[in-house]
Amino acid sequence: MKQLYYDVDKCLGCKSCEIACAVGHSATKDLFKALKEERVSLPRKKVMHTRGKNYPVSCRHCKDPKCVDACMAGALSYDKEKGIVLHDETRCVGCWMCVMVCPYGAIRPNIKTRIPLRCDKCKDKDEPDCVKACPTGAVIWQEEVEIKL
Amino acid sequence: MDEFKEKSIDLATQEMLKKAQDENINTAWDRLELQQPQCGFGQLGLCCTVCNMGPCRIDPFGEGPQSGVCGANADTIAARNLARKIAAGASAHSDHGRDVAHTLSLLADGHTHDYEILDVEKFRDLASEFGINIDKPKEQIVKELSKRLLEEFGKQDGELVFCKRAPKKRQNIWKSLNITPRGIDREVVELLHTTHMGVDNDYKNIINTGMRCALSDGWGGSMVATDVQDIILGSPKPVRGKVNLGVLKEDYVNIVVHGHEPILSEMAVKASMDPELVNLTRRAGAQGINLAGICCTANEVLMRHGIPVAGNFLQQELAIITGAVEVMMVDVQCIMPALHEIASCFHTKLITTNPKARFPGVIHVEFEPKHAYEVAKQIIKTGIENFSNRNKERVNIPKQEMDLVAGFTKEIVFQILGGRYRATYKPLNEAIISGRLRGLAGVVGCNNPKQTHDYFHTTLVKELIKNDVLVLQTGCSAIACAKQGLLIPEAAREYAGKGLQEICEAVGIPPVLHLGSCVDNSRILTAASYIIAEGGLGEDLSDIPAAGAAPEWMSEKAITIGFYFVASGVYTVFGASPFATLGSKNLSDYLTGQLEEVVGAKFEFCDDPLKMAHLMINHIDNKRKALKLKPVMY
Repeated sequence: MKQLYYDVDKCLGCKSCEIACAVGHSATKDLFKALKEERVSLPRKKVMHTRGKNYPVSCRHCKDPKCVDACMAGALSYDKEKGIVLHDETRCVGCWMCVMVCPYGAIRPNIKTRIPLRCDKCKDKDEPDCVKACPTGAVIWQEEVEIKL
Repeated sequence: MDEFKEKSIDLATQEMLKKAQDENINTAWDRLELQQPQCGFGQLGLCCTVCNMGPCRIDPFGEGPQSGVCGANADTIAARNLARKIAAGASAHSDHGRDVAHTLSLLADGHTHDYEILDVEKFRDLASEFGINIDKPKEQIVKELSKRLLEEFGKQDGELVFCKRAPKKRQNIWKSLNITPRGIDREVVELLHTTHMGVDNDYKNIINTGMRCALSDGWGGSMVATDVQDIILGSPKPVRGKVNLGVLKEDYVNIVVHGHEPILSEMAVKASMDPELVNLTRRAGAQGINLAGICCTANEVLMRHGIPVAGNFLQQELAIITGAVEVMMVDVQCIMPALHEIASCFHTKLITTNPKARFPGVIHVEFEPKHAYEVAKQIIKTGIENFSNRNKERVNIPKQEMDLVAGFTKEIVFQILGGRYRATYKPLNEAIISGRLRGLAGVVGCNNPKQTHDYFHTTLVKELIKNDVLVLQTGCSAIACAKQGLLIPEAAREYAGKGLQEICEAVGIPPVLHLGSCVDNSRILTAASYIIAEGGLGEDLSDIPAAGAAPEWMSEKAITIGFYFVASGVYTVFGASPFATLGSKNLSDYLTGQLEEVVGAKFEFCDDPLKMAHLMINHIDNKRKALKLKPVMY
């Protein structure tokens, strides 16, 4: 099962991943046209900055997802096989509980649509758009590894 | 070859791209791929690097920051970025004009003997235009004229002399908007000033200042370049030539001139016939010296001497990849920094000639107008000596070459249409009024590997002439269409609509007229002014059933040309990707909408050549309706 990793020493904070994410989830898949869509697609990933380093942040698809537990509408579920938290937008009521409980702050509320923005690992593509977009190779798409601390 | 078909419609280009791939040589197309994805903030014009509080970026999705550290919003940032490009483009053209005018002044002072006044009639006309009494010795007039021309660059007040060429109504529009250019250099400086941190924050005002700067190029620097080049290098006349990489010859010493300023390459043309060099060539075992050009330097020597054109912008690397080029002599503008590396893969010697444009580690033979001929001779000699280093096994010259007719100018169009003794634009105006001709289009500009090379130019132009629109071309766009055989009189029968066909057959011209290099876009402005002066097609340039296009643009100069066309009243369509302004909805809407109420013309951006053609045709039809002209004949 592949997972997104980041080499934060390589991240220059250009936010290309943010733009690629928004365009990739738009209806037209084209930067110039995406901005003119009625429901503007927003990035599901944000580059945060702290203590001199840049951190691209998006859903970690935790094995023990707090957001799934917190979802009162049953819109969230965890697919063990794919290692992905699935989000059924039709059932979502926009209560923002998932936003509150996420330990990484990786889920963002989209105030306009009242539906949270969360990474779906670009599930229909071979690799997420943010990986292709990164000019320095700071976004890494690889098999999950256990990190020993 | 399929992957190469996506890159270019030109067979010679496809063949060389295959060779480049086989030999593991990177070209612009490969480098474009390596650059993917290109920065979205840059593409949208939302990255500001003006001051050291930045770089700042505006979030195009409206969530994050909507202003930079200084408080500049998307409109200000995108407009300032665009304005800086206009300034750079105008600088390039106008500085070229200055160098030409400077050569004229050296000639006047007797500091150069390699140039002379070749077009006496144009010289006298120009002197009269500057209010110089021409009843005196030629030497005196040259002195006064060159002084006056150079003064146009440093003038602080008043207006550029060439602005008077525009129809009265257009001049009044410029005056009412306060955008009449005063001095060529002043407008560039003032525009750059307004884009400094914390100066102009009104995007509409920034665009106004930008238009004034662009006008100082179109009706200033570029016009000086064109007219003075015609005077000291000779005005072009219709001339036959050949185009595409096939013009390089296997048994000859191939010297390629590339860039934009013809002052030195003109001497290279002369020097290539120097008996001493011809002898040397024979001794080196070559059949002769074969001079060919790339980009606008090519257009200049083509227009005046019929020197063959090896290719347009995206073929500069490919010319070297043929393995048959002894010397590529470059001057300024559009010379890819990659040439040095490509040349090092072969025996080719890259030679820079202009103190403004150098490469580390490349032979530099500085051009001085005082010793122009000697410098040209020295460069060609280097080429002859380099012939023996050519590796014959690595020579692959594509077979493709096409005939063309070039050398049309605003003066020549007069003579062709009306005859030498009753030169007039009347037949042209009447052709439009009667509806035999739908209208006119100027199709100009560069190449861009983001699009299929030459495809946009040729598809657009074919569709225009099919609909009886006479097409005027310059620059790499003209070379693209020439390669596809659109610049020969016979092309009228094959591609043009019936009305245009009748005109082309009656006067023996191609349906697509090659007017020269990109500074020669100024010829289009003057020709359009003559059309208005002739009468029957309105009182202003914006009344003429005409449109402009830059289908495969890439350079800053193209942006400036677009702005001086629009500020002169010509509806202009850009292909490739739009100007980097889409991050600001206000600015984008202004350029493609409201600007029409201000200057009588606007921009359009379109990524489909057929749609581009029909946008232009619709515009032409609307202008015909406004003039209450008869419907189009066929």
